[in-house]
This record gives sequence, C-alpha cells and structure tokens, in this order.
Amino acid sequence: MSDFSADRRAESRGTPDRRRVTREPFVEFHDVYKAYGPKQVLRGANLEVNRGEVMVILGGSGSGKSVTLRHMLGLEAPDGGRVIVEEEDITDLPEEELYRVRKKFGMLFQSGALFDSMTVFENIAFPLREHTDMTEAEIERAVSEKLELVNLPNTAHLMPVDLSGGMRKRVGLARSIVLDPKMILYDEPTTGLDPITAQKINELIIDLQSKLNVTSVVVTHDIQSAFSVGDRIAFLNRGVFEFVGSMEQARNADHPVLREFFKASMVTAAQPA
Amino acid sequence: MSTIAETPVETPTLPGLFRRAKDRGERALLYAGGITDLGIQTVREIVRGPIEGSLLIAQFEQIGVRSLSIVAITSLFIGMVLALQTAYSLEQFGVKLFIGKVVSLSLVRELAPVIMSFMVGGRAGAGIAAELGTMKVTEQIDALRALATNPIKKLVVPRVLAMTVMFPVLTIVSNAVGIFGGLIIAVANLRLPANYYMSSVINTVKYNDLASGIGKTVFFGFAVGLVACYNGLRTTGGADGVGRSTTQTVVMAAITVLIMDFFLTKLFLLAF
Repeated sequence: MSDFSADRRAESRGTPDRRRVTREPFVEFHDVYKAYGPKQVLRGANLEVNRGEVMVILGGSGSGKSVTLRHMLGLEAPDGGRVIVEEEDITDLPEEELYRVRKKFGMLFQSGALFDSMTVFENIAFPLREHTDMTEAEIERAVSEKLELVNLPNTAHLMPVDLSGGMRKRVGLARSIVLDPKMILYDEPTTGLDPITAQKINELIIDLQSKLNVTSVVVTHDIQSAFSVGDRIAFLNRGVFEFVGSMEQARNADHPVLREFFKASMVTAAQPA
Repeated sequence: MSTIAETPVETPTLPGLFRRAKDRGERALLYAGGITDLGIQTVREIVRGPIEGSLLIAQFEQIGVRSLSIVAITSLFIGMVLALQTAYSLEQFGVKLFIGKVVSLSLVRELAPVIMSFMVGGRAGAGIAAELGTMKVTEQIDALRALATNPIKKLVVPRVLAMTVMFPVLTIVSNAVGIFGGLIIAVANLRLPANYYMSSVINTVKYNDLASGIGKTVFFGFAVGLVACYNGLRTTGGADGVGRSTTQTVVMAAITVLIMDFFLTKLFLLAF
C-alpha cells in the first residue's frame, strides 16, 4: 500500500508536516437530509471536519458528495438536520447572512467555473475587487502571487477558453484562495485529467495545505488522489457516512462496500491483504 | 403474435386529464411565483443600491445600442407598409390627406411600442437567457455565490434596469423612423408635400399619445428583462437546457408583451 501511504504528503513537500490539526470541528453535519424530487440523496448524514485537517469524502457517482460540499457553503439548504460552521448554525440563515459565512471558504468547482467573459487576471482579481479596498497595484501583486502559488505564471492575460482542463482547475484554485480562506473545498479536483496532471493537482493541494495552513475537504472518487492528499476519509454510501476514519483505518476497514471500492480502484490489487 | 393494430391504445381518462391540467396549472403558478419573487428581489436590490455603473453601461450598449439597427430597419418598413395600406383604404374615400394622422397615431400609440418590444425582447431576451443559462450550467452562478457575491445584484439588476431604460428610448427611435417611413410613401407614392405630412403628424400626436405609447414600454422592458433573467437562472441540463431556456424566453417575451399591452392600454386610456 506504499503507493497510497500518508508519508507521500511529506515526501511531496520535502519538509516535515508542520500543520496544526486539532480536534476542534470546523464544519459539522448533524443528521442532514436532502432530496431532489423523489431522489433522496442524504439520509441523516453526520460528519465532523476538524480544523487543519484534509478530509477526503469518498463515494460513488451520484452518492451526494458534491451535495455535501454545497451544504457546507450554504449553496443548498438541508431538508432536515443542522449544518454548523465554526460553531454557528447556518442551516436557516438567509442568503445575505450566508455571504458572510462563505467568505471563510474557498471552493474549487469540478469544471473550474471560471467566468468566461473575464481574463485569468480578472477572474482571480474578482473576489478582491468585490470584498476588499485594495488598490490596483496591490491586486496585481496578490494575483501574481497566487498564480505563482499554483504554478501558472505569465497566464494572467489569457482567457479561460485558451486554458487546458488542468490549467482551468489551477486558475479556479488561485481564485478560491485569493481571499485567504480558512477552509478550501475541492469538488473532484482530478476528474477528467490525465494521470500526470492529476498528480500535479494533488501535489498542489498538499503544497497549499502546508503553506496556507487551512482546513480542506476533498470530494473525489479517485482513490489515488484520496490517499495522496487526505488525513481522514469519510465514505458516503446510501446517503450516510458509513465510514469515517484515518487513512490507515480505511485501509484496514472491513466495510464491504468500501473494500469493494478500493478493490475496483486496484488498490487492493497493488497491496493484497 | 401481437401487431400494431392489436396494441391497446391508452385513451386519456378524465381523471388523467384533470391530473395533467392540475400539474400544468401548478407549474404555471410556480413559474409566475418564481418570476414575482425575482422581481421583488431585483427591485429591493435596485432600491438598496449601489448599482455598478460599468455593468449597467455595458448592458445599455448590449441591449440598446446593438438593437438600434434592428429597430430602425423594422420601424422603417412598418411605417412604409402602414402608409401604403392606409393610403389604399383612404383613397377609396378620397381622404388620403389624413395619412399623416393615421400613420403617426397608429405608430405612436400601438405599433412602434409593441413591434419594438417584440424585436428587442426577442433579440436581447434570448441573449440574456442564453448567457445566464450557460453560466448556470457551467457552475459560474454557483461560483459567484460561493465568492460571496449576489448574482441578482451582479447579473439581474443591470440587465433588467437596462431593458427598462432602453425599451422607451428605442421606442422613441422607432416612432421617429416609422413616421419617416410613412413620409417616404406619402411623398413618393401619394405626391403629398413633405411639410404637409409633417405638420399633420405634429398637429395630431399629443403628449398623452406619446406618454401612453412610450410609458407602456417601461413595463414591457422590466417584465421581459425579468422573464429572460429568470429563464436563464433556472436553466438545467447543459446545452439542451440553454436552448430550451432561450426558446422559452422568446415565446414568453412575446406573450408577456401582448397581455401587458392589453391591460396597460386599458389603464392608460382611463388615465389619459
């Protein structure tokens, strides 16, 4: 299982893991229910994401992983249950109040969700122009710094249509961290990318985690990515988190669907029990 | 072996028809409720302000300036056709001298506002629905919300305001060009002096005619803008969904203009 060991994070950084992971929950789900028409997606989901950790939410397609992320941001309201962010119940907050909560988050959407009428520079500068009083010179500096951080220097003038899938995700990531959020949400960060680009994105997530000391939630069905970046795994199946534990515990778990999931991803093939 | 002829054909039963009618009625009410809700939020954001000038000016250009040619061409030919048809009818009674009166009143009170609203509503409304629909299905609207930005303030307010302001402005253009179209026919076909036609127009058209015609389009612009934005923001299902929203906007814009036109005309006739 060496391919998926947690040590890989330290190897990638080349530095010891200096992050402060605490038991203090940043986001909590209490018995959350959500349905879209007749389809019940979440059926009493419970989850705690601790401050400073990288929580990977694993699950099959259509299992409700992205819906979970959207609830954390308040983009969706649950039909039942509570969502708590930094000890504040955001379940019933009106949209205007949620804007204050959302400033704590940065979100990387599956497609990057770049504003296609704006250049890369304008995309990353957008949150700064909306929410800060920074001068143009300061904005330029901040954008350049974030572009360096995601390894995309000299791309500020490009339009989103000129970027590859991996580049779009990195620009989306730069935009999501430009306000220095406390928590970063990644929705399928490696989906649709070739293995080399996917690995670069994984390394970028680890790198950012180390440099920004944030809390992260990574939604994926890519086991390789999950083991590369995660501290803990939450396995979403049939609308509930049926397994929540460390990577080590996940590897040894006897949860049949989780094991099946690993096997299908050839993890168990690489490391027979 | 079963054949097509033997296949039992399901005939709609009365309860089934009722259920479908009820479903459609519910959907229509939900749609109307959604637009009303968006309208209230839009007005609230406009009142609360501030409105971003750069976004508004961009929409003025997109909706107003870029619609000028289409409005001018349609108005010119509507004016010319109206003059030709009117001349044909009036000649039978030997009163073709009244052509300026008939053309100008028809244009100013009814034709220019409605035709202009159809054209610009279709062109700009479809554009708005397609743009916002594409943003919705590519998660750009969610990205705006995730970046703690209100999409109604950022996207809906400038578009609805621009439609509300530009519809009356374009109606004024449409009035002028349409009357000019009538002038061309009056001079070229009917051999009337141009100054006679123009003085007939000026003496006929009163302020209340202009106010009634132009005033209606303020409401048309606001309603069509809302319909376009609402259809765009509720788009689901990728490119197919964007196409459906765009088509629905064109149809709804035309229906909205016609229904509102009846009630506003009635209201303005009582008011002026």
